[in-house]
Amino acid sequence: MTGRDSTDSRDTGFNDGELDHRLASVWSTPPGLWGALSSVDHKIIGRRYISTAFVFLALGGLLALLMRLQLAQPEARFIGPDRYNQIFTVHGTNMMFLFAVPVMQAMAVYLVPLMVGTRNIAFPRLNAFSYWMYLAGGLLLWIAFVLDTGPDIGWFAYVPLSGPQYAAGKRADIWAQMITFTEVSALAVAVEIVVTVFKQRAPGMSLDRIPLFVWSMLVTSFLVILAMPAIMIASTSLILDRLVETHLFNPAEGGDVLLWQHLFWFFGHPEVYIIFLPAVGMVSTIVATFTRRPVFGYLAMVMALIATGVLAFGLWVHHMFVAGLPRLGESFFTASSMAIAVPAGLQIFCWLATMWAGKPIFKTPFLFVIGFMVTFVVGGLTGVMVASVPFDTQVHDTYFVVAHFHYVLVGGAVFPLLGAIYYWFPKLTGRMMSETVGRWVFGLIFAGFNLTFFPMHILGLRGMPRRVYTYQPEMPWSALNLFISLSASILALGFLLFFIDVIRSARSGAAASSNPWGASTLEWATSSPPPPYNFARLPVIGSLEALSDQSTALPVATGLRVDRRELLVSSVVEAIPEARESSAGDSIWPLWAALATTATLIWSIFTPWAVVWGSIPVAIALIGWFWPKGVPEDES
Amino acid sequence: MKDSATLDLTDLPSHGLGTASVSWWGTLAFMLIEGTGFALSIVVYLYLMSLAPHWPLDAAPPDLLAGTILTALLIASLVPNIFLARWARSQDLLKVRIGLIVMSLLGMAPLILRVFEFPAMHIKWDQNAYGSIVWVMLGLHTTHILTDLVETLVLTCLMFSRHGDNARRYGDVSDNTMYWNFVVATWLPMYACLYWVPRL
Repeated sequence: MTGRDSTDSRDTGFNDGELDHRLASVWSTPPGLWGALSSVDHKIIGRRYISTAFVFLALGGLLALLMRLQLAQPEARFIGPDRYNQIFTVHGTNMMFLFAVPVMQAMAVYLVPLMVGTRNIAFPRLNAFSYWMYLAGGLLLWIAFVLDTGPDIGWFAYVPLSGPQYAAGKRADIWAQMITFTEVSALAVAVEIVVTVFKQRAPGMSLDRIPLFVWSMLVTSFLVILAMPAIMIASTSLILDRLVETHLFNPAEGGDVLLWQHLFWFFGHPEVYIIFLPAVGMVSTIVATFTRRPVFGYLAMVMALIATGVLAFGLWVHHMFVAGLPRLGESFFTASSMAIAVPAGLQIFCWLATMWAGKPIFKTPFLFVIGFMVTFVVGGLTGVMVASVPFDTQVHDTYFVVAHFHYVLVGGAVFPLLGAIYYWFPKLTGRMMSETVGRWVFGLIFAGFNLTFFPMHILGLRGMPRRVYTYQPEMPWSALNLFISLSASILALGFLLFFIDVIRSARSGAAASSNPWGASTLEWATSSPPPPYNFARLPVIGSLEALSDQSTALPVATGLRVDRRELLVSSVVEAIPEARESSAGDSIWPLWAALATTATLIWSIFTPWAVVWGSIPVAIALIGWFWPKGVPEDES
Repeated sequence: MKDSATLDLTDLPSHGLGTASVSWWGTLAFMLIEGTGFALSIVVYLYLMSLAPHWPLDAAPPDLLAGTILTALLIASLVPNIFLARWARSQDLLKVRIGLIVMSLLGMAPLILRVFEFPAMHIKWDQNAYGSIVWVMLGLHTTHILTDLVETLVLTCLMFSRHGDNARRYGDVSDNTMYWNFVVATWLPMYACLYWVPRL
């Protein structure tokens, strides 16, 4: 069981070319449709995930433009109230559940295994399954919307509006079941990331040598694991109330509508940090690379990430300040909401110190980081404002809140994400994006964003409520709304240019070297894009800056098998090698399992018996998935 | 970048066991997810109770018999389960096969008792919010017994097949026993909540 078996084949006996050839034959995804559907390569699935999430971003953006078209003038008749309700609901639901969370996890699916120096993500088949579930959930929402049965209850689906009494038909069920799809996929990815970071780090990468992006994804994954069960309980309860007449949210029979709000926001507030913390990791990575020095205060940064993760669970009630809760509770949640500004501020100061001490190079990814800092600080400041109960009571459900959370989410997460795409594009595709176009993209998006969303603060203070499909000409809102709608076109132009640059660069951008930015994290130690096995020999880590310490040779480990997919399992704290472990090969079963689960979940909107009958094909698919096939990966 | 070999992994075992196994950590992570779900269901129960003028709502407290026998049975099942875990660690195929058959039976027995538990609640899910949360909690836990039973049955078949005698499969059996401990452990607060809180 241990040591060298006379029959197996190890990497020690081959020169570089021959080793690459052997590893490629074991790790490559076969060509053709079947190969694509069966692939479990984290890079292929990661790219797929990222592309799909950006398609949903574009679709959600189109809905935003439709809303701006409608609101550009008072009493517009372009969109009716029913369609408008669907549009803002699908816009919010899409952006939160189909874009923001999945795209951050998708970046991690691609990058984390490379950054910790392993050959594939933990549970690669679960990873394939999670992508198919995500895709199915997205299709469910959008096909329903196209068929005029899109949810119309807001992205948080408050009862009683979404309950059986007020939401006839299947619109609310589609929202609730879409939640199940996206949460299953998000939870699966979170488990994969946690286990990859805990157990698959390159030898020597002890906890204090983990790159900050990987730390941020680890904390994020724990937030997903602890927060998302709340929304699954909530959405399942909503479906039960609607389908089999339970009374969990029905006050007439001892249920409670505020219970929904508690469950939703116990998930919903950590959700904000599930989106924001990965962005923090991206910013730290980009800042370090473009200032040519390590981020100031590594330990403080890690502690700030963890502190944010813990505090994220103590804020949810600030979404419910106008719901009539006890005064003491409101005071507590005001204090905790303000307290979370402390770790956020700490990180901002660490980045500023890094820039101050370094030699900044103003390339496109770094421009987005600067845009992020400015925008996020504005969003953070309005966040501290709305944390105070009297102020919140004034602006609750107005455009002030719309402005606030777009500053936090777009400024705090989408700007770093766009910077991250420019930064990691060479690793994702092997080609560079255009620096010239990148500067235009940044300029248009930064200007367009601020021109669009800053005036919304003023609109909110002037009393314009959210989620209205039109307004009367007597209201003092027309001029600002027209201005906002015109500005939105600048923002849209910026995104259009971004998408054009992505497609053009992916086809014909300049070829990228393995480390075009001179960065110090491990993903740059392999070619761009990486081979299917990531690293021909696993790197050995001696310091936090994995690549900057050695100018010539990268220390590596040898002795892994080349006749099966094999990687290294190491200890949690110090990353001491513990075992050579196999990594699952390609399989079509995750797709069958996802199809069976999809059929069951959609069917169960209509009858509870779907769960009973649907569990049979799901069980068959899972058994097919796990039953040993006698391949070398199954040896022990 | 050029490589320089500094570490030789040749003599490492070709499969990790216990905390060196990724599936052990994966099982733990899924237990954390489901444990959070169980905890939240208890929170919802207590939340609804705190709002109600009297509790249980329009029903007598549940009959203790079926639920208490089930609880005793689940606790008793830990003994063979611990033995099975030990046999799996020592990779004793014969004993593991016997242990899995025993645990399969011990997975079915609580399901039979559960059939008597639902009527012992004296309320249906659609009568009021008390009935709803009680059925949700029982249903949530029953799903866990059921999924673990299916997993145990599949593992039993696997251990009788040619794929059985393999360190990887013993690891699966060991993870499965850990998961059963979890199913039992999560039931105890649920039992206290469902059967004894209404009597306070």
